[in-house]
Amino acid sequence: MSTATPTAEAPATAPGTAPATRGLVEITKVRKSFGATEVLKGVSLTVEPGGVAVIVGPSGSGKSTLLRTINHLEKVDGGFISIDGKLVGYEVRGERLHELREKDILKQRTGIGMVFQNFNLFPHLTALENVAEAPVVAQGRSKDEARRRGLELLDRVGLRDRADAYPRQLSGGQQQRVAIARALALDPKILLFDEPTSALDPELVNEVLDVIRELAKSGTTLIIVTHEMGFARDVADTVVFMDQGQIVEQGSPQEIFTNPQEPRTRSFFSKVLEPAFNI
Amino acid sequence: MSSAATTAAQSTTSAQSAAGAAPDAATGGTAGAVTADAVNTETTPSAAGGVPPEGRSARVATDYSDYRVVAAKHPWRWVGTAVVALGVLGIAWSLATNPRWEWGVVAQWFTAQSVVTGLVETLKLTAISGILGFVLGFILALMRLSASPLLVSVSWTFSWIFRSTPLLVQMLLWYNLGYLYEKISLGIPFTDVRFFEVQTTTLISQFAAAVLGLTLNQAAYSAEIIRGGILSVDQGQLEAAAALGIPAWRRSTRIVLPQAMRAILPTAFNEIIGLVKGTSIVYVLAYSELFYTVQVIYNRTQQVLPLLLVATLWYVVITSVLSVFQYYIERHYSKGAVRNLPLTPLQKARKFFATHAVVNNARNAR
Repeated sequence: MSTATPTAEAPATAPGTAPATRGLVEITKVRKSFGATEVLKGVSLTVEPGGVAVIVGPSGSGKSTLLRTINHLEKVDGGFISIDGKLVGYEVRGERLHELREKDILKQRTGIGMVFQNFNLFPHLTALENVAEAPVVAQGRSKDEARRRGLELLDRVGLRDRADAYPRQLSGGQQQRVAIARALALDPKILLFDEPTSALDPELVNEVLDVIRELAKSGTTLIIVTHEMGFARDVADTVVFMDQGQIVEQGSPQEIFTNPQEPRTRSFFSKVLEPAFNI
Repeated sequence: MSSAATTAAQSTTSAQSAAGAAPDAATGGTAGAVTADAVNTETTPSAAGGVPPEGRSARVATDYSDYRVVAAKHPWRWVGTAVVALGVLGIAWSLATNPRWEWGVVAQWFTAQSVVTGLVETLKLTAISGILGFVLGFILALMRLSASPLLVSVSWTFSWIFRSTPLLVQMLLWYNLGYLYEKISLGIPFTDVRFFEVQTTTLISQFAAAVLGLTLNQAAYSAEIIRGGILSVDQGQLEAAAALGIPAWRRSTRIVLPQAMRAILPTAFNEIIGLVKGTSIVYVLAYSELFYTVQVIYNRTQQVLPLLLVATLWYVVITSVLSVFQYYIERHYSKGAVRNLPLTPLQKARKFFATHAVVNNARNAR
């Protein structure tokens, strides 16, 4: 896991070499600026199929932006990202990278589920309609099938009995669980969580974390940005510490939490960890 | 000591302890303060008197459920209501009794054949230019929000021109298009190839000029209304839809527009109601919609005010019907935006009668 440093061999040069893998994410020297501020300064990271990577770090360190580049919600200014050897947002033809058309980008995204900090459920659709919408229009499944699968997923997050409720009739924790079910509906190989519990009341955090814990065992690749350090230590097999647009340090939870090497990591954890638990 | 007594006096749950503490309070010199403090509580008499009367101890934790509630009185509300009611009554009385309103004439013309024909024309103009205007407005709004600078500027220019010229001028310009361009043809520009050619005057009738003028003008305004509605939808909604791989057109129609509708509808109905009356401007084309028809009649009969009343009343009727539509359409789109939909007036009435029937039945049963 800790070998996920920038590698010279670009994943793009070896497309299709690993057909068996499902959900291998390779981020190579990714740069991104908003105006004059460079928020990602050449970030490289590899997450193995079925791996659970938790990205932590102070706010403004580029965690969320990095996450959003993975499903091309944010276009990168430099570097590239590939999933199972296929470039995100571009197509290799000969020696050139051709920007993908909207249609193909959308197709790529169906393999990558995303859960947002503010849930972003569609407020005018019921919980079930939220879950069943994308499989029908993005994957061409039948409405009946999508509904049946939607109910199964709502059952999985413990909300089958609220299938006909509108998001505003649900608590924050329930809304986020519906959002997770919605992301799962496309059977993604990768799930991205952007601070999934930051907008929740403290007593609702655990019901969402429990669902994510369950997913961590399912073999889907998870990349999670969070401030919940206890949860990170629990669920992650790689913890990535980011600061000022760079990955400062990464490794197993044990390594990062108990024996951080970099001073910046140490100073961050000394502020965050102390009250949460004793190591 | 005194604090112990006070605590005991306040603990209304146990009459025993209050009784037990009371003698202490009396012996310590602060009994006066305790009594004054305790006047408000049920236990006081027992605390001060030492021995609780038998009946009281059972009622210590007061249960108010048997008490009768006396509603607060609002005398000024009644005075205000009376004054306003008197004013309304006065206006109604003068309307009914002043012979110069000539209600008889109003009644005579209200459903006359020519007036009804004019009314139908008005409705037709409103419906056609309303629908076309909003469809075109929707396209213009999407153009304005698109990433293409050309589409943005075309849309902006359209709204700029049509919002900054008087509708009257636009109308006359369309009607007189034949003067500017004798023929209208479709072909390949800068060549002699023509697929189709027609005299402008045959193409632009009064009706066509009216629809064209109203539609284009309406489109310019509704484009801005729709754009405002779309902008009011949270950006996160689009992101979530994009992250789910939902195609762009579906994102607009299924995710954004239904939410934008809540912001669009009130203003849109304002526009449509404005359009109903705005159609009266086509009288400059001598097009016989409601207002022009009424003008023709009163020019002949000289009953100006009663006939204007006829037109006015019809406009009121149309607007009222539209308002009912507005209520139910807005209600439809508020699904999910409010936790529970408020009752419709009909449901309220039904509930009112249902509950009152229950009360009456209960009274009768007693």
